Amino acid sequence: MQKRKRKGFSLRRREMLSGLLFLSPWLIGITVFFLWNLIQAMRWSFNYVFIEAGVGVQFRWLGLDNFNHIFRVHSTFMQEMFESILQIVISVPLIIFFSLFMAILLNRHFIGRGLVRAIFFLPVIMGSAAIANAIEITMGMLMGGMSHVPPEALREATGFNAAIIISLLNEFQVPPQVIGFLVDTIANLHEVIRSAGVQILIFLAALQSIPPSMYEVAQIEGATGYETFWKITLPMVSPLIVTNIVFTVIDMYANSETVETARITFFELQNFGASAAMSLSSALLVCVALFSICYIVSRHVFYYD
Amino acid sequence: MGKILNIKDWMNSPRYKNNVQKWTGKTKNFVMGLFIAIILAGVCYIIIAPVLGLISTAFMSVEDIGNPVVFLIPAAPSLYNISHAFGYMDYVATLIRTLIYSLGLAVLHVVVCSFVGYGFARFKFRGSEFLFALVIVSIVIPIHAYMIPMVQGFRFFLGNPDWNLINDTIPWPIILLTATGVGVRSGLYIFIFRQFFRGIPKEIEEAAFVDGASPLGTYLRIMLPNAVPAVITVFLFSFVWQYNDVYYAGNLFVGNRLMANMMSSAGFMYSATQQITNPMMVQMITFGAVVLTIAPILIIYLFLQRFFVEGLERSGIVG
Repeated sequence: MQKRKRKGFSLRRREMLSGLLFLSPWLIGITVFFLWNLIQAMRWSFNYVFIEAGVGVQFRWLGLDNFNHIFRVHSTFMQEMFESILQIVISVPLIIFFSLFMAILLNRHFIGRGLVRAIFFLPVIMGSAAIANAIEITMGMLMGGMSHVPPEALREATGFNAAIIISLLNEFQVPPQVIGFLVDTIANLHEVIRSAGVQILIFLAALQSIPPSMYEVAQIEGATGYETFWKITLPMVSPLIVTNIVFTVIDMYANSETVETARITFFELQNFGASAAMSLSSALLVCVALFSICYIVSRHVFYYD
Repeated sequence: MGKILNIKDWMNSPRYKNNVQKWTGKTKNFVMGLFIAIILAGVCYIIIAPVLGLISTAFMSVEDIGNPVVFLIPAAPSLYNISHAFGYMDYVATLIRTLIYSLGLAVLHVVVCSFVGYGFARFKFRGSEFLFALVIVSIVIPIHAYMIPMVQGFRFFLGNPDWNLINDTIPWPIILLTATGVGVRSGLYIFIFRQFFRGIPKEIEEAAFVDGASPLGTYLRIMLPNAVPAVITVFLFSFVWQYNDVYYAGNLFVGNRLMANMMSSAGFMYSATQQITNPMMVQMITFGAVVLTIAPILIIYLFLQRFFVEGLERSGIVG
C-alpha cells in the first residue's frame, strides 16, 4: 500500500499561517518599532550617548551612572516622580467612582439625555494639552469653579467660607493629611470631571450590556435599590473597572510632570542617556503600580460567563 | 359598608392607604429626579463653562478685558483676536493640511487595525495568546518610555546617517508606525476590533469557508461590512486623537505646520511681529487660535456625536 502524499498543510497549520498573515503588519511593528526601541532605551540608559557629526549615535558605557545621576544628583526628578505617582494613586479611585456614578445617572431615561451625554463627552474631543492650558486660564478668569476663587472672594460672593470648615476640621483633630486630601480633592474636581469622559462612556456601555431580566428578577424578589446596586450592577460592571483603571493610569502618567522632565532633558539639555533612564524608571514604577492594582482589583472581579 | 365617621377609621381605610402610597411614590420620584437634575446640571456647567468662557473671551476687545463689569457677554465685541489668529495660523492651508493628515491616518488605522484585530479574533494557534498579551503590554507601556530611541532610529534610519525620515513635509515615521499597528493608540483600536469580531457568529465565516472563500476574502467581503459600528468608532476616535495629538507629531514630524502646533505658536508670533508685550493681549490671540482650532472638531462633533457615544457602546469593547 502506498502512503498517500499529503497535499498542502493540515487545517491547524493553515489556520496558523493565515493567522500570521493577518498579524504580519503588526508583528513587524511590534518587533521593529516597539520591542527594538524598548531594548534600545534600556541600552541608552546604561550609556553616555552622544551624537558625532557624520558618524551617528555613539555610546560610552557608564553602568549605573545615569540612574545614580537622576536619583541622587538631579534636584527635582525624584520629587516629581513620587508626586506624579501619588497624584495618580489619589485620583484613580476618585475618577473611577465619579465615572461609575455618572454613568449610572446617565443610563436613566430623562428628557435631554442626548444633550447631556454630548456635553459629558466634550472633554474627550478637546483633549489636547494646549487647549487644556487655555481652558485652565479661562477658568481662573471666569471664576467658573470654586477651585480658582480665592477664599476671600468666595466668602463675599456666597457667604460660605472654606477656611471656617478647614479650621473646624482642625479643631476636631482631623489629621492635616486628611484635610489636605479633602482640599486637594475639591480643588481637583474640575480635573476629575474633565478626565472622566472615556471612562463614563465605557461604564455606560457596560451598564447597557447588563440583561434587563436580572433587574426584573430582583424586583420580583423584592430587592431594594441598594441591594440591586451591590448585587447586580457592581458585579456586572466590575471587569470594566480594571479596564478603566488601566486607561486612567496611563492617561494621567502620559500627562504627568515626570514625562515632561524626561522630554526637556532630552531635547533641551541633550542628556540622552539620563532621559532614557528617567523614562524607563518612571514607566517601570507605573507599570508595577498598575499591575499590582490590577492584580488586587481583578481578584474581586466577577466574570459573568 | 359603614360610613366613615372619624379620623381613625379614615386612616385605616384602604382608600387612604392607597392615596398615601401613590403620593409618597410620586414625591420620592420627584425628589430623586430633582436631585439627579441638579447634579447633572452642575457637572455639565463645570464642563461647559470654561468652553463658553473661552469662546466669549475670544470675541472680546481689549477694553472688555479691562472692564470688571463685563462677564461672558462682551460689551464691545470684536473680531480682532480671531482675525489675527486666523492670519498667524495661516488658517485655511493649515486646516486643509491637518484634515488630510488626520483623515489619512484615521483611514490607515481602520484598515490596519481591523486587519490585525481580525487575525487576533479568529485564528488560534500556539503563541497567539502570548501575542495578544503583547498588544496589552504595548497599550500599557507609555510611548514616552521609548520615544527617544525611536526618534534616533528614524533620524538615522536602519543605522544609516544619510537616511533621515524626520522632515517637515511628509510624516514618514508616523505613517510607518500607523501602517504597522503601533501608532497613536493603535493597541486600543486593535483591541476594539478584536472584541467586535469575536461577537460576530462564527457560523457565518464557516459558511463562507465551506463555500470556498479564502480567509482574506472572508475578511474583506463578510467581516468588514459587518463591522460598521466598530469602523465608525475607530475612525472617529483616531481622527480626533490624531487631530489633537502633539506628542507624536512634535517628536516625529518636527517642524510640522499642523493645527495643534500652529495654535500653540500663534500668540508668540503675534507678540514677536507686533512688538506687543501686554500678556493679556497675547493670551487673547491664543484664545482666538484655540477657538479656531476646536471649531472644525466641534462642528463635526455636533453632527456625529450620536456615533461617538453609540459607536463605543455597540462596538463590543465590553466583551
